[in-house]
Amino acid sequence: MFLTYYKETRVSIPKAQLPELYRRLYLCRQFENVTIKLFTNNELPGFLHSQLGQEAIPVAISGCLGDGDFMQPTHRGHADMLSKGMDPRKMMAELYAKKTGYNQGKGGSMHMASVKEGILGATGIVGSGPVISIGVALALQMDKKPNVIVSFFGDGATNEGSVHEAINMAALWNLPIVFVIQNNQFAESTPRKDHQKVDDISIRAEGYGIDGYTCDGNDLFAVYEVASKAIKKARKGGGPSLINAVTYRILGHYVGDPGNLYRDKEEVENAKKRDPLQMFKNKLKEMKALDDAAFKRIESEVDALLDEAVTFGRESPEPQDEELMAYIYS
Amino acid sequence: MAIITYRDAIRDALKEEMARDEQVYLLGEDIAQFGGSYKTCVGLFEQFGKERVRNTPLSEMAVVGCALGSAMLGKRPVAEIMYVDFTACCMSQIVNEVAKTRYMYAGQVEIPMVIRTQGGAGRASAAQHAQSLEAWFTHVPGLYVVMPSTPYDVKGLLKTAIRDNNPILFIEHKLLYNSKGEVPEQEYTIPLGKADIKRPGKDVTILTWSRCVEFSLGAAKELEKEGIDVEVVDLRSLKPLDEETILSSVEKTGHVVVVHEAVKNSGFGAELVALINEKAFDSLDAPIQRVAGEEVPMPFNPRLEAMAIPDSKKVANAVKKVLSL
Repeated sequence: MFLTYYKETRVSIPKAQLPELYRRLYLCRQFENVTIKLFTNNELPGFLHSQLGQEAIPVAISGCLGDGDFMQPTHRGHADMLSKGMDPRKMMAELYAKKTGYNQGKGGSMHMASVKEGILGATGIVGSGPVISIGVALALQMDKKPNVIVSFFGDGATNEGSVHEAINMAALWNLPIVFVIQNNQFAESTPRKDHQKVDDISIRAEGYGIDGYTCDGNDLFAVYEVASKAIKKARKGGGPSLINAVTYRILGHYVGDPGNLYRDKEEVENAKKRDPLQMFKNKLKEMKALDDAAFKRIESEVDALLDEAVTFGRESPEPQDEELMAYIYS
Repeated sequence: MAIITYRDAIRDALKEEMARDEQVYLLGEDIAQFGGSYKTCVGLFEQFGKERVRNTPLSEMAVVGCALGSAMLGKRPVAEIMYVDFTACCMSQIVNEVAKTRYMYAGQVEIPMVIRTQGGAGRASAAQHAQSLEAWFTHVPGLYVVMPSTPYDVKGLLKTAIRDNNPILFIEHKLLYNSKGEVPEQEYTIPLGKADIKRPGKDVTILTWSRCVEFSLGAAKELEKEGIDVEVVDLRSLKPLDEETILSSVEKTGHVVVVHEAVKNSGFGAELVALINEKAFDSLDAPIQRVAGEEVPMPFNPRLEAMAIPDSKKVANAVKKVLSL
């Protein structure tokens, strides 16, 4: 299941970047753990899609992005947003639907955006993101910017016509975009074998005349390897690529869906054994990139930041009544 | 003043705005060398090049989504959807994305984009190329809907729409492209949300837009012979809506006929009737009449097609009826 078709010399992640990548990965994981708890305690309105177990993909990819680059997350996208640098306090406030949230309580989990920081809101209409992302890529190209956009979507979205339209047009126009499938094996409750015949989605890239890669989405190094290549190519005017990052959705479709009606317990338990956080941590230990004290320091800093974020969200003011009608028109 | 066609007025507006602001660009199907299916973009590809006059694949979702994404970064796209009927192919982009992004993002971005399209019957285009679907869009917060009826209006309003920072559905009428009218040679714009009284009168108010302005003026001319003085109010934009002009005309005449080509059931005319009921009921001397499209998919046969939409005679009959009640 976890195939790496792309086999070239490994691009090693610059060593100086490793502690920061671990910090982001741990932050993404803990943000999920904390928000799941808050949601289960009925503290957060609406619904919540957990990205638990998929965090290595956005963290590796964000590691290849810089200022001026863009990303469009999926509706299951807290790790996408955090990995690119969104502030967990303002994200938490948005989940609490507060005025101090990124979207002032108007967006919620799925639409949190920080356009200044290069993060578009996700769309709640699965498969609609990529056609918007190509517009950002076109603007970057027209302005001759050295920047790119990473457009995230899931394996379920790959069956939407809009995704086909987006990839075809991006390929045709040679746009600076990288399409990344967070292939978590499920379209809501439908396992991948029941929603598409093809086993390796990246082979579809050939039909668009672009490069396609499949990598182990739980191995941060493997994702980084293909992403850095694809992003570099897009940055240099080489056009789009399609990355199929294979992972597994540990939880149900939303927090509250036990996820037990459409898959075996054993399958989930096996997937848990390949936890991307633990895999990255083990590798760093093996490489002696970080010692125990360093891991501990990073983890306690992140834990403290999240405590602060929860307090900030909880205690922030609600939007005022008169804000109901604000921002519909310019 | 020059006499030009509605088609040329559109092309001139695009040309002037593209020359004025390099952020303006066009995208759509067959708009480049071919000049657009209704030839509204002729010469623009040659003048501005393929970067700014972008032919697209047959991908309406990608056209609208791409326009949206680029507008967020400061471009001013004018996307052409060949037929308003085809907006159904990209309705989610228009309704769920374009209309809502600014609100969902709490004002982090502006969406300065225009979706140009055209609708209407009269060319035997049958059921999938001749609809009038403006009410689909007026129902969605976050969109403006503009439907000009003359060369003068289409040029001035398109220029304003391109300069406006909101997403705008700009719906032309295929039967108006060859219509001619006076257009000033010097620069001008027309504000959104301002109706135009195409013919002042004191007995009956006709509220209308797009091609039905023509039918209404035709009816007014006939009725004049019978001593009936009709005021024809061309709304020009349905959203924003010029309530002030509508209500003051209603207060003056006390009799109202609403005329539109779109199917009557749940059409925008129903909204106008409700508006007048809420805000000017006491001014009415008779129940408001509606002349609108029949509840039928547009037939191919030209005689049947003509039966399915308003004409001057139907409008004149409705005016007489509202005066007799």
